Amino acid sequence: MITKLIFGLLWCLVHLVISICDLWSCLSNKLECYLISSKVLSKYQSLHLERLKCLGVVVDSGEAKNVMEVKQLLHWFSTIGIKYVALYDIEGVIKESLEPGMEASRDDKSMNSSDVCAYTKTSHGSHRHMVVECLSGSDGKEAIAKAANLLYSANYNCSTHGYGKINIVFTEADMACALRSVGGGGPEPDLLLVYGPVRCHLGFPAWRLRYTEIMHMGPLKSMKYGSIVKVLYQFSRKHQNYGQ
Amino acid sequence: MRACPDALFCIGCLALTLEMQESLISLARSADLKIEKSDEIVITGGFGRLQNFLRKCIIAVLSYGPMPKHIAFIMDGNRRYAKFRSIKEGTGHRVGFSALMANLVYCYEMGVKYLTVYAFSIDNFKRDPSEVQSLMELMEEKINQLLKNIDLINKVNCKINLWGNLDLLSEPVRVAAQKLMECTTGNTGLVLSVCMPYNSTSEIVNAINRVCSERREILQGEHAGSHNGHAASNGVHSEISVDDLDRHMYSAGCPDPDIVIRTSGETRLSNFLLWQTTFSHLQNPDPLWPEFSFRHLVWAVLKYQRAYPYLEQNRKLVKKQL
Repeated sequence: MITKLIFGLLWCLVHLVISICDLWSCLSNKLECYLISSKVLSKYQSLHLERLKCLGVVVDSGEAKNVMEVKQLLHWFSTIGIKYVALYDIEGVIKESLEPGMEASRDDKSMNSSDVCAYTKTSHGSHRHMVVECLSGSDGKEAIAKAANLLYSANYNCSTHGYGKINIVFTEADMACALRSVGGGGPEPDLLLVYGPVRCHLGFPAWRLRYTEIMHMGPLKSMKYGSIVKVLYQFSRKHQNYGQ
Repeated sequence: MRACPDALFCIGCLALTLEMQESLISLARSADLKIEKSDEIVITGGFGRLQNFLRKCIIAVLSYGPMPKHIAFIMDGNRRYAKFRSIKEGTGHRVGFSALMANLVYCYEMGVKYLTVYAFSIDNFKRDPSEVQSLMELMEEKINQLLKNIDLINKVNCKINLWGNLDLLSEPVRVAAQKLMECTTGNTGLVLSVCMPYNSTSEIVNAINRVCSERREILQGEHAGSHNGHAASNGVHSEISVDDLDRHMYSAGCPDPDIVIRTSGETRLSNFLLWQTTFSHLQNPDPLWPEFSFRHLVWAVLKYQRAYPYLEQNRKLVKKQL
């Protein structure tokens, strides 16, 4: 009993020390972000975003209810020059709250994406267009199950194929095609930013997460422009072997 | 000072043998099994005993909080380890195997029931053929070593799974792998799942193929006028669900990982357990895999304990909604 109490106290002490270290690290991160935003740190001033074709963003559903913060995030991405953003939260809060309010026409071919005009103009006075795709948990495992049903019904049709025919073996290419047909296609994000208390992808569509760099940004309420720039800079310096 | 590759190779192998024997003995002792000492077994000295005692104390403190049941590792950094130390790539992989054995023991001591490791990706076949060949030879050697110690593995009740498209392996490796799985299939203790050659999208497609094949067989039976499995035939006419796919994944029967650790500081999952990691805490510590030691594992568990309330809350919320 006493031993358990001692271990418990030690456990609490260890976590208290970690919390203090986290606080210190948070403060130094805030300072760095301020310096980046103020353009004091020159290395972050020119970002090479050629490799970043698609940016994924996972937001905790509780925090996604704060629509203004999500819109601010999109505004920053647009300012930086991101062309395609796939926004995800597991409960579909973003789909419900953000999609109806988006400007410009919907693309008929894609159920969830819209062209979004930038919220501010660039120094030259032109608008930047950014495609925003809204995803939810139903675009993850459920979409894969839908694609599986499509493959099954198309290839195991009782009336046309009968029984005792050759067992059809589907490939990854078949699956990719089926996913596109059920609306679960879309580009694979090169980079995924996770806004929430924990680094966890929360069910982001698996088929689109194979080689995505996953970065934890902290809670959405603490989001900073400087931290986005820092992460994009780090991403631009990454090198992938793709298994080779 | 450049390390002599041969000496390191011998040290690596010897360490592995000692590590395996020591670790298996300590596992057996924890399970209150009687192991008779033989001349081959090395007895740890006083310093080793002190290390063991300190480790147990640390684990006792750690266990006050929530402990992960399933940890998955992406064992990244063996080649970089070899490069930084100017040794052969093959030696880097061998030292990596020693690190795997060591972490297996630490996880067991922490009460981790499931350990999954990404040993070889299907994409890795694109590597230089000589490297792929040496990796296959290493796998065959290690599997055969485990088969040689199968009695001890069964005594400690360890179950070994090999997840992946085993048809892509060379025949000796595939045969040895299947034999190892068969020999340990009845064990109910710690479950070590080795993913090789594996990738997540291939696993998902494999699950779909198995579901479709199963339904086709039931339909064939139905057509043949069989009245057995009436309930099963009802299921065949319903849509394929997420649960159907779950049941046909390689990981069926294992809980989802609580933590996924990719060493070497890399931030991507590289097509590993994408289906199973919805609520997994993703960690990417800087040490290369051969450097990943007990203190790094302790730090990983401490970080998991801080993330646990949030992950558990989300898990329950999604379960409730289903």
